[in-house]
Amino acid sequence: MLTKGTVQGIIANLVIVQVDGPVAQNEIAYINLEGTLLMSEVIKVIGKNVFVQVFESTRGLTVGAEVEFRGHMLEVVLGPGLLQRNLDGLENDLDKMDGIFLKRGDYTFPLDEEKLWHFKPMAQPGDKVTAGSWLGEVDENFQPHKIMVPFVMKDDYVVKSIVSEGDYNIYRTIAIVTDGNGKETEINMVQRWPVKVPVTTYREKPRPYKLLETGVRSIDTLNPIVEGGTGFIPGAFGTGKTVLQHAISKQAEADIVIIAACGERANEVVEIFTEFPELIDPHTGRKLMERTIIVANTSNMPVAAREASVYTAMTIGEYYRSMGLKVLLMADSTSRWAQALREMSNRLEELPGPDAFPMDLSAIISNFYGRAGHVILHNGKEGSITFIGTVSPAGGNLKEPVTENTKKVARCFYALEQERADKKRYPAINPIESYSKYIEYPEFEEYVSTHISPDWTLKVNEIKTRLLRGKEIAEQINILGDDGVPVDYHITFWKSELIDFIVLQQDSFDDIDAVTSIERQKHILDLVTDICRTDFEFDHFNDVADYFKKLINIGKQMNYAAFNSDSFHDYYTQLNELVSLKRIG
Amino acid sequence: MAKAFQKIYTQITQITKATCSVKATKVGYDELATVDGKLAQVVKIIGDEVTLQIFEGTEGIPTNAEVIFMGKPPSLRVGAQLAGRFFNAYGDPIDGGPVPEGEEVAIGGPSVNPVRREQPSELIATGISGIDLNNTLVSGQKIPFFADPDQPFNQVMATVALRAKADKIILGGMGMTNDDYLYFKNVFSNAGALDRIISFMNTTENPAVERLLVPDMALTAAEYFAVSKNEKVLVLLTDMTSYADALSIVSNRMDQIPSKDSMPGSLYSDLAKIYEKAAQFPSGGSITIVAVTTLSGGDITHAVPDNTGYITEGQLFLRRDSDVGKVIVDPFRSLSRLKQLVQGKKTREDHPQVMNAAVRLYADAANAKTKLENGFDLTDYDQRTLSFARDYSENILAIDVNLDTVEMLDTTWKLLSEHFKPEEVNMKKEMVDKYWQ
Repeated sequence: MLTKGTVQGIIANLVIVQVDGPVAQNEIAYINLEGTLLMSEVIKVIGKNVFVQVFESTRGLTVGAEVEFRGHMLEVVLGPGLLQRNLDGLENDLDKMDGIFLKRGDYTFPLDEEKLWHFKPMAQPGDKVTAGSWLGEVDENFQPHKIMVPFVMKDDYVVKSIVSEGDYNIYRTIAIVTDGNGKETEINMVQRWPVKVPVTTYREKPRPYKLLETGVRSIDTLNPIVEGGTGFIPGAFGTGKTVLQHAISKQAEADIVIIAACGERANEVVEIFTEFPELIDPHTGRKLMERTIIVANTSNMPVAAREASVYTAMTIGEYYRSMGLKVLLMADSTSRWAQALREMSNRLEELPGPDAFPMDLSAIISNFYGRAGHVILHNGKEGSITFIGTVSPAGGNLKEPVTENTKKVARCFYALEQERADKKRYPAINPIESYSKYIEYPEFEEYVSTHISPDWTLKVNEIKTRLLRGKEIAEQINILGDDGVPVDYHITFWKSELIDFIVLQQDSFDDIDAVTSIERQKHILDLVTDICRTDFEFDHFNDVADYFKKLINIGKQMNYAAFNSDSFHDYYTQLNELVSLKRIG
Repeated sequence: MAKAFQKIYTQITQITKATCSVKATKVGYDELATVDGKLAQVVKIIGDEVTLQIFEGTEGIPTNAEVIFMGKPPSLRVGAQLAGRFFNAYGDPIDGGPVPEGEEVAIGGPSVNPVRREQPSELIATGISGIDLNNTLVSGQKIPFFADPDQPFNQVMATVALRAKADKIILGGMGMTNDDYLYFKNVFSNAGALDRIISFMNTTENPAVERLLVPDMALTAAEYFAVSKNEKVLVLLTDMTSYADALSIVSNRMDQIPSKDSMPGSLYSDLAKIYEKAAQFPSGGSITIVAVTTLSGGDITHAVPDNTGYITEGQLFLRRDSDVGKVIVDPFRSLSRLKQLVQGKKTREDHPQVMNAAVRLYADAANAKTKLENGFDLTDYDQRTLSFARDYSENILAIDVNLDTVEMLDTTWKLLSEHFKPEEVNMKKEMVDKYWQ
């Protein structure tokens, strides 16, 4: 018997329901508003009074409306066919909804119920299986989509029977498994999982170490992120957070990209809808959209569903990770999610923490980031979720609760700087404040020295030091004047400018410059460190600036030229000739 | 007078400055009511106690006042007859004309399904080069002016509205002075554009809380013309800071815990609900929002401009340039996020590069100026950036400039060629070869 109740009070999207039976925290309930069912979630219980947050507008709701509880928490449907979908925060398929405007109570199924999938069995009768074991696979947009024992099946099972290779829809039983008591369970291609509970069907979660190529030089070269790593991008508005996020999601070398547009601008999501079906994945040559899932809860969509959207995206990510795939999850922006928590906490009249955010914000953020990671599955295969979140700090001030709590858990920090953005030095990632903890991992260093070059880390650290030194000298020149410092100082300063212009700055709207392969990044790094290690001689500081501006100009033209093309080699030669002109000795 | 389906109650249990509570049943959330003849809206229901927000304030309301529930949320009658009319915050005519006929639509309606939106791609030419060249506006965009109260943002906004070739211009005034209201009315009337204007006005003479209805009224009218009539609608909202102030008054009186700068914790969502109504619809209609957010002392870290900046697609700053004695569109702090959708696509190929090069050199001029102020010698390059900056301010950035985009680009190339060498502009060589003058 499912519990029922009636509405007793309404304060915006917080509704108080009097119930006739047991309810669970976070249980889903539907409120009947003149025939339209509004989905809601239990967030507090006091005696017979249950407080639910409604995922829709409560306009027109009256006291006395009937409520039905469903006996489960907020769940997502998992199965083949999620790729290429545009979902809302509660996993409804946005494309299946009628009309231009969203309608209350319009819930659509995220999968195609008719489509036949070509299933190839991987398990055999007699195999021992547990939750997450691979029973077979279907081809989903050229990804090997594994059909697994549902995550909710907690026991040990033996495969009793499995269908032969063939075309089946998602509801067709593909295997029957038996537990220790001889109880049989039929398994098809669909399963459900509560979003707030992490999927843990893996053997271990070792430290991540494999470089995840993003094609963005100031990330890959300077502060790399790894497969299964976590990072965050805080930045005031206008510093290029979204452009950077889009660049990473377009270029990163991942099997699956999930974009959670959480409380952000609808037009930015439209940009993805419009461009991704046209763009080509630089690694596979297929359409970008084929590997992408969009979870869109834009800022004008219901606030409570905004909180759910990041969990929905993470759960879908965990599902694909369990298939041994590399998942990249991007959330823009985690601050909007925190604000949704704040709005609800406020309506519940909880005592507020810093900046009126709920007291447990820190725990919520760290639990969420903790769900990312590189895992070794029970069958020995590896999978990963790399998570990058943006943070929109109020007033651009990084000393605010969301940034500070995120900084405690994310291993990469990409600080977007207003000053760089004002100067149009994009991407505006501050090279000195930003960091990647992965550089310090010995596993990572070993990985790059075998996969890129043995002196890679050495050179990266060298240019970082040069950038810092350049910044210090720039400050001195500002105080003492151009002629108040030795000419040598100008040379050091301009070497750091060269690094800034050639390595850091990247034109994300130029087809070629937007994405730089690791091979090319190595080429650039070698070239730039060679120039920086060269001793130059100048009589006057004006000559230094003029000379380096010429170097920078040629270097930029080289960045715009296709790698190893004729004009690329041409600029490379020009650059070397210009260097030998002023070289000492 | 009370109609048959309306419910009348008289048992008022509580009165505060902005709200009163009444014992009533079968009342819908968000529903409209009148309390002692004053318009009110349901903001909270607990059991049989209904809390109403009184838009005009509760002055003079007796405990035995008649409370009449209307059984519907705030709404507007939409139809072709709205065109050319002036209304108050409730959507009642204030121009002496008849009540327009049309279908009654609840304001603050649902959001557009994001997959049904089109990507904005049509350039809005304003002639003001500081906007068209550096911060190009696109139909379906939402962008505010961040301005100090003394800056001429209303004039610039009126210019933009008239040159933008919109089918309808909808003016939502919140806490606007009567003088500014008359200014807009005159400018539009002199330009012969009155039949394209629809205005919802809350002036400083009207109660503050009323202005909470203005953006939703304006945008409901806008959705009618953009969705049902496929028209290009430009919505002007001024001033959104006054709107936010009204939000904070209400939340304060509802005993909500304030977050940053005494603003309600839901400020971001409240503002987003308004601005996100800007959209390009598949059938060709569009809603573009140009708003004003007044700053106090230029502080953009205040909660209102800060939250706005995260919602809108850029922002425009005006600044008086003392070197040329004109008001300019500040190229450093202004930004149109949608500009790359049209620059170099709907405009000439060199547009993005010319824009970036000129702004970068303008930034070099700012550095040179700092050096000069600190008493250091200027290099030849510094001198040239300074003279470039003066010409650039005068001929491109000033708000009195009126050029088409090709003229703007040619003018900028001319200035670059006059003051710099090709290798100093850091542009793709093909562009320099083709356009250097």
